[in-house]
Amino acid sequence: MRRRPLPLVLAATAALALSACAPQEESTDAGSSGSGGSSATGACTPDELDTLEPGTLTIATDEPAYEPWFVDDAPENGEGFESAVAYAVAEQLGYSEDDVTWTRVPFNAAIQPGARPFDFDVNQFSITEERRQAVDFSSPYYTVSQAVITTAGSAADGATSLADLRGLRLGAQVATTSLDVLTTVIAPENDPVVFNTNDDAKLALQNGQVDAIVVDLPTAFYITAAELENGVIVGQLEDSGEGGDQFGLLLAKDSPLTDCVSRAVDALREDGTLAELEQQWLSDVADAPVLS
Amino acid sequence: MAVRRRRRARPVLSTVVPGGPRGVALPPPSELELSRRAWRRSRARRSTLVALASTLVFAVVAYLAVTRSPGWPRVQATFFSPSVALESLPDIARGLLVNLQVLVVGGLLVLLVGLGIAALRTLRGPALAPLRFLATAYVDLFRGMPLIIVLYLVGFGFPALGLQGVPTSPFVLGTAAIVLVYSAYVAEVFRAGIESVHPSQRAAARSLGLTHRQTMRIVVLPQALRTVTPALLNDFVALQKDVGLISVLGAVDAVRSAQIQVGQSFNFTPYVVAGLLFVLLAVPSARLADAVTARARRRQQSGSLL
Repeated sequence: MRRRPLPLVLAATAALALSACAPQEESTDAGSSGSGGSSATGACTPDELDTLEPGTLTIATDEPAYEPWFVDDAPENGEGFESAVAYAVAEQLGYSEDDVTWTRVPFNAAIQPGARPFDFDVNQFSITEERRQAVDFSSPYYTVSQAVITTAGSAADGATSLADLRGLRLGAQVATTSLDVLTTVIAPENDPVVFNTNDDAKLALQNGQVDAIVVDLPTAFYITAAELENGVIVGQLEDSGEGGDQFGLLLAKDSPLTDCVSRAVDALREDGTLAELEQQWLSDVADAPVLS
Repeated sequence: MAVRRRRRARPVLSTVVPGGPRGVALPPPSELELSRRAWRRSRARRSTLVALASTLVFAVVAYLAVTRSPGWPRVQATFFSPSVALESLPDIARGLLVNLQVLVVGGLLVLLVGLGIAALRTLRGPALAPLRFLATAYVDLFRGMPLIIVLYLVGFGFPALGLQGVPTSPFVLGTAAIVLVYSAYVAEVFRAGIESVHPSQRAAARSLGLTHRQTMRIVVLPQALRTVTPALLNDFVALQKDVGLISVLGAVDAVRSAQIQVGQSFNFTPYVVAGLLFVLLAVPSARLADAVTARARRRQQSGSLL
């Protein structure tokens, strides 16, 4: 009986497997640059920046994009606070409006390791030390506080302190600082109800499946004013984080752009642009009573 | 009754060597037989060794291909971080308890409802046509609709009706949605089992004077259930995974608590932990399904080799 030379078969299989799994060509130089970034010269210009597509800035956000951060789920129209901030940052870096490309990236894809399909992502990402292990953040462009909202006549309507809320069923969106604040600051007796999106949370609130939900304050004002029938802001929560909860633009870990984008945001803060944009898009974020 | 007379004595089978003293055991196997046995042993050894070697080579190749890739350190830190895994385990395990509760309650309800639907679909008689039609429509509807959409419709739609006494707990609503969908699948499995029972069985039962109901209960269903047990266990394994979807209604189960932790740390290890827990849950079910199938095969073939 003739036998197949087994070692040969194995070797062939191994060679095949290895060639099939050969590492793909790195489009950029393998990220050996430290956290400093590429522009050692300090030049943050479109010619110098190592962007995804040369000469254009690719900005990502999630789909759908919510008001008041974006208007009409169309980030490219420049309306809404975050869209306006994104265009201001692009301008600061020297990109015209036509050089900005928007792309839609879901939450998990934005935080995955490896190459990402954007230069930076603007989607109300709160900056935390823990998250910094996995991604880069620009310097903060907005300081946010969290608020509790409900509908008129619910059990949470008229609550004036955290103690009034502890015994109720409270909800929030998964993977948000709203949820963290809900569990740490309010520390309710029942397990919080955790939703995929704020839309689901709103629906559950209208159905009476939860007594109140926690969202960030600008969203709270928008939802209660425009989306909920007889929505009520119960009050805002004092920040539990150090130095408040701050939104930053999200970049890939050790991205060569982090430095320049941070500097652009800092420049916008110093020359008052950020404050102006806040005034323009988030002006109705007046004072809500603080729950303690 | 008269005893039948044997015409011919049957040949007596015995292991006793003719001519030898009675009660002597088998003779020692011949040289040829011994050599055959040794050859079989050596073949078995050789194939075991070859299997070991090829497995080892495959493992080494796979390991090298993964760990030599440029992105591996980042992937390792993001998906396989032991410290993050340990940290996330307690919460995820607590969430898994919710999944288990849904699984047990839902599984039992699915069996009952599924059997009921299957019984409706196999009713005989022209007067019962509407029942058959309704059962068929139910199966078509819920087998075709994605579970996640049923979950949304049941979980957010029912409470929106504002009826008194409609439960608002995500646990109850999620279980209801899962029962609706899986009952349709299981009803089809049962129906296949019922229809696989040979018509002669039914005819025989009816000719003995059993009613339709008695025929189903005493003759058809016991045989049908035995036929479909492996398929049912297969659906049970699928159900084990799908209970993870109730998190969309806000219940904090294993999947959701993993998601919460991923959102806090931007590290994906909790997903891997939750996935492994579900696999651990599915392994006993898979072994049970194998054992049941093997037992059924042994019974049916009772000793034949193939």
